[in-house]
Amino acid sequence: MSIFVDENTKVVVQGLTGSQGRFHGLRNRDYGTQVVAGVTPGKGGSDVDGVPVYDTVAEAVAATGADASFVVVPPKAAPSAILDAAAAGIAFIVCITEGIPAQDEALFFNTLQRDFPATRLLGPNCPGVISPGKCNIGITSGDIALPGGPVGIVSRSGTLTYQALHELSQQKVGQTTCVGIGGDPVPGTSFIDCLAAFEADPDTRAVMMIGEIGGSAEEEAAAFIKDSMSKPVVCYIAGVTAPPGRKMGHAGAIISGSHGTAQAKMAALEEAGASVALNPTEAGERMVEIVKHLS
Amino acid sequence: MDLYEYQGKQYFARYGIPTSPGGVADTVDEAVVQADRAGYPVVVKAQVKVGGRGKAGGIKLAADADEVRTHAAAILGLDIRGHVVHRLWVEHASDIAHEYYASFTLDRAAKLHLCMVSAKGGVDIEEVAATDPGAIARLHVDPVDGLSPEAAAALVAEAGLHPEARAQAAELLGALYRCYVEGDCDLAEINPLILTTDGRVHALDAKVTLDDNAAFRHPEWEQFAGSETSDERELLAKEKGLNYIGLSGSVGIIANGAGLAMSTLDVVNQVGGSAANFLDIGGGANADVMAAALEVINTDEAVRSIFVNIFGGITRCDEVANGIVEALGRVDLRSPIVLRLDGTNAEKGHEILAGHVSDRLVVDETMLGAARRAVALAGGDR
Repeated sequence: MSIFVDENTKVVVQGLTGSQGRFHGLRNRDYGTQVVAGVTPGKGGSDVDGVPVYDTVAEAVAATGADASFVVVPPKAAPSAILDAAAAGIAFIVCITEGIPAQDEALFFNTLQRDFPATRLLGPNCPGVISPGKCNIGITSGDIALPGGPVGIVSRSGTLTYQALHELSQQKVGQTTCVGIGGDPVPGTSFIDCLAAFEADPDTRAVMMIGEIGGSAEEEAAAFIKDSMSKPVVCYIAGVTAPPGRKMGHAGAIISGSHGTAQAKMAALEEAGASVALNPTEAGERMVEIVKHLS
Repeated sequence: MDLYEYQGKQYFARYGIPTSPGGVADTVDEAVVQADRAGYPVVVKAQVKVGGRGKAGGIKLAADADEVRTHAAAILGLDIRGHVVHRLWVEHASDIAHEYYASFTLDRAAKLHLCMVSAKGGVDIEEVAATDPGAIARLHVDPVDGLSPEAAAALVAEAGLHPEARAQAAELLGALYRCYVEGDCDLAEINPLILTTDGRVHALDAKVTLDDNAAFRHPEWEQFAGSETSDERELLAKEKGLNYIGLSGSVGIIANGAGLAMSTLDVVNQVGGSAANFLDIGGGANADVMAAALEVINTDEAVRSIFVNIFGGITRCDEVANGIVEALGRVDLRSPIVLRLDGTNAEKGHEILAGHVSDRLVVDETMLGAARRAVALAGGDR
């Protein structure tokens, strides 16, 4: 099994006619994902390499039965694209857009919570989700993932998500699902959402969690691991050597004072019973050991 | 982007948040002009983006023009925790009856806005939070609902503000919330917010952090632009639109994605080296970006080797490879490159690089292996 998506997931790509949308949307299709439609207002009736394009998500859903959306539009257009998808009944939205204002993120997150509680948003500013061999929505290179499980991956950082997949696949350890939740201030899906889903997924036997400095999401995840996880968790936190008080790349990664440091997060996770590695390679090695000993 | 106090007060004024009359001065003479205009007594305040100005001698009260001259001369050029004062804010001194605290920021854990108000203002609020958490009244604000006047009134009452201050403070909170939301602030903070002896509530300080992602809808932010760094490498990087932070080691770092870049720093450190910088070339890095990144690192004389660590997602490895080849032709690199390239179009990338591999361009298959080679080439010094 997998979490959030599977081989039956039907995807509409919002922004399929743009260069990024076309590249990643078609790449997802080539991977085997059911990419059934594209949406670009004003371009309904056209197609992108055989994928029909509609003016609205509602039209795309009516025509194709799409139940997931891949949002690949600029920051200005992303909030309305996300809400349009939710209003059209899409249950799972992946938004990779980077650079959305935090005020917009807070507003559409809370609007979704209130008006569309059944809709899950992944992202924004995330690499997406891949269930190897079944479905790939986002910008992850499918060939670095290995089908068959037993490991679930959840990561806050884009490129480190790929690194985590790569470390495991190189060691012939497969993945059930790999979820990149993104590093923005208001992620639609949290570590805890993913940990809970992996805990409930019978095929996922162990979880790799990749965090980074800033915020308190890893500390919250640690509390969840301690109280609610029976499956082994291997963690890696990026930013041990980051200088304090500096913004490292995106909104997610800021440390001020001792709050949100890698050390504090690592201590919390260790205390929660997780295995905490010092680099992605070591995290991979620890997971290989854990998988070996799964009965 | 953090604003200076005077910029924060100008920003507050757009949303109707009352402040003291005052003006900006870059010289002693200008300070006197502003003081005459604001009316004595005045406060002369150093404009630096660092806390603890008062303790460092950066805030002084002046009763007349002579005192303004003395204080302005002393404060201009003062080094406050590494920040040299080039600009002053001179404003009419208020007769303070009470000092409060008020702020809006995003509570990332709750995914809601958080308003904090305290009757214990004028001091380090983090210290108040640590020693007397009950002294801070907190209210989560759902962005869908916004802040109602009733909720603002209840909050200032809960915080224990003087009854005379409450109505004005509640109204000011409404204005501060508009400033925070419509003004796209990550933080809008007033410390102290004061009640004057003649019964007026206004902001005596302004701490505003703008959300850079919202710059596209705020043309007025242009006036706040300007560099906050004196690090020449960082200035060059900023000019080239790169996300660069200068450090003091000998291994230059180029990576895509903040997480991978941070992790690259960590790994270099773990294998006995030290990073010369943090540089995230982001998603969609093309030849120009790579060339610019190598150019910036090449200006750093402490660099002995350059570790380029790329895992392609949006970034396509063939474009990265083209960028490196092009940069090698464009930039006369002083240090060898150790490259690790994986992910989207990695094979194409390696094909492009095949004819260029030498002792100046080393390719390693793993992140850890590449880190070890880069550190070895840098001499392994820390």
